[in-house]
Amino acid sequence: MTLAATVLAAEENNPLLPHTYELVVGGLAFLLVFLVVGKILTPRIQKTLAERTEAIEGGIQKAENAQAEAQAVLQQYRDQLNEARQEAARLREEAREQGAQIKAELREEAQAEARRIVEAAHAQIEADKAQALAQLRSEIGRLSTDLAGRIVGESLEDEARQRRVVDRFLEELEGSGTTAVR
Amino acid sequence: MTTLTLLAADGEFQAPGPEIFDFPPLYSGAPVWLNKPVLLAVIGALIICVLAWTAFAKPKLVPRGIQNIGEYGYTFVRDQCARPFLGKDAERWMPLLLSLFLLILLWNFFGVIPVLQIPVNSHIAYPIIFAVTIYVIKIYLGIKHQGGLGYFKNMMFPPGLPKGVYVLMAPLELISNLVLAPFTHAVRLFANMFAGHLILAFFASVGFHFLFEQLTPLGAPLGLVGFLMTTLMTGFEIFIQFLQAFLFTMLAAMYIGGSLHADH
Repeated sequence: MTLAATVLAAEENNPLLPHTYELVVGGLAFLLVFLVVGKILTPRIQKTLAERTEAIEGGIQKAENAQAEAQAVLQQYRDQLNEARQEAARLREEAREQGAQIKAELREEAQAEARRIVEAAHAQIEADKAQALAQLRSEIGRLSTDLAGRIVGESLEDEARQRRVVDRFLEELEGSGTTAVR
Repeated sequence: MTTLTLLAADGEFQAPGPEIFDFPPLYSGAPVWLNKPVLLAVIGALIICVLAWTAFAKPKLVPRGIQNIGEYGYTFVRDQCARPFLGKDAERWMPLLLSLFLLILLWNFFGVIPVLQIPVNSHIAYPIIFAVTIYVIKIYLGIKHQGGLGYFKNMMFPPGLPKGVYVLMAPLELISNLVLAPFTHAVRLFANMFAGHLILAFFASVGFHFLFEQLTPLGAPLGLVGFLMTTLMTGFEIFIQFLQAFLFTMLAAMYIGGSLHADH
């Protein structure tokens, strides 16, 4: 029955009119929540969320950078490889050209040398021939006089000796003549 | 409880009225202000603080457990309430909006938690506290960012209307912004909680009266309907409680955003 009395008394309350003590309690409760949740905790979670976004974006950025770098390095290698190939081809071509040139030069040189040797030999032969002729000429003269002297000098009575002299002379002539003519 | 006691005494069904929102002091001899809603208001605030503390005190880059739930709440308020109206200022106002949303939500939920069963916001004093706080911030920011005259000029004379319309428009806008907005802001939350609790109490007392107090062949189906409706309406009420907390926070963000930038 005390409850009933309370209820009857409370029925005078207008639900649209606030109790002062409820305003105070509500204000303090809201203030407490605002200080703890709003002022202390919300900045923390905001910081964490920002860091997370940064971490994710940073990770993506990092991956993109790494990929770009790898791409660049690959391109660089390809370029270098290309360059090296071209260089090698160039060198090969150059070497081939040089080889051909050297071969041509050597051939020419060899031909010139051969020609030179042949010519020298010809000249030598000519000189030898001329010398032999000259020698022969003077020899013949000397021999003729020699022979004539001998013929004149020897006694003509010994026909046998005379004959021997002539034979000897002819033999001598033959012996030296072979060398001289050659 | 008091209503049911009365009903038992009378022996006749009597629908619960506004008196179910009145609570005696917690114990005999306690001060008059120390009643159930006040106790729930304080407990609710403490629960929010403790929950938020466990979730956000040492936040991890990779969230675990309750931090996940907390972050879900935070991003919900940020993306659904703050950002649409505050844009890049959203982060700056999140401390206020998050506190507002969490406290209102839990105070509303007390209406369907067994034993507690009274939404704190069904006592108009609490919505008034929230609405007045937002109202003061709104006026202060409006004058600070748009100038004393500019604020009222922007409020009363939104550009782009034919001149004659302003005769009607200006006073309406003034009343709407300065009187109706804070009033409806508070009353919408209060009235929803008040009506919701009344409906739940009505169906619950129908069920209780016709199934337990006065079990008769004629009354039993009625009691069953009352019981079923209580269950159904409890589910609906949870939705309304969430919706009103969300709506209140969203409107708060809208008022603050409107004062920061004269977007009329």
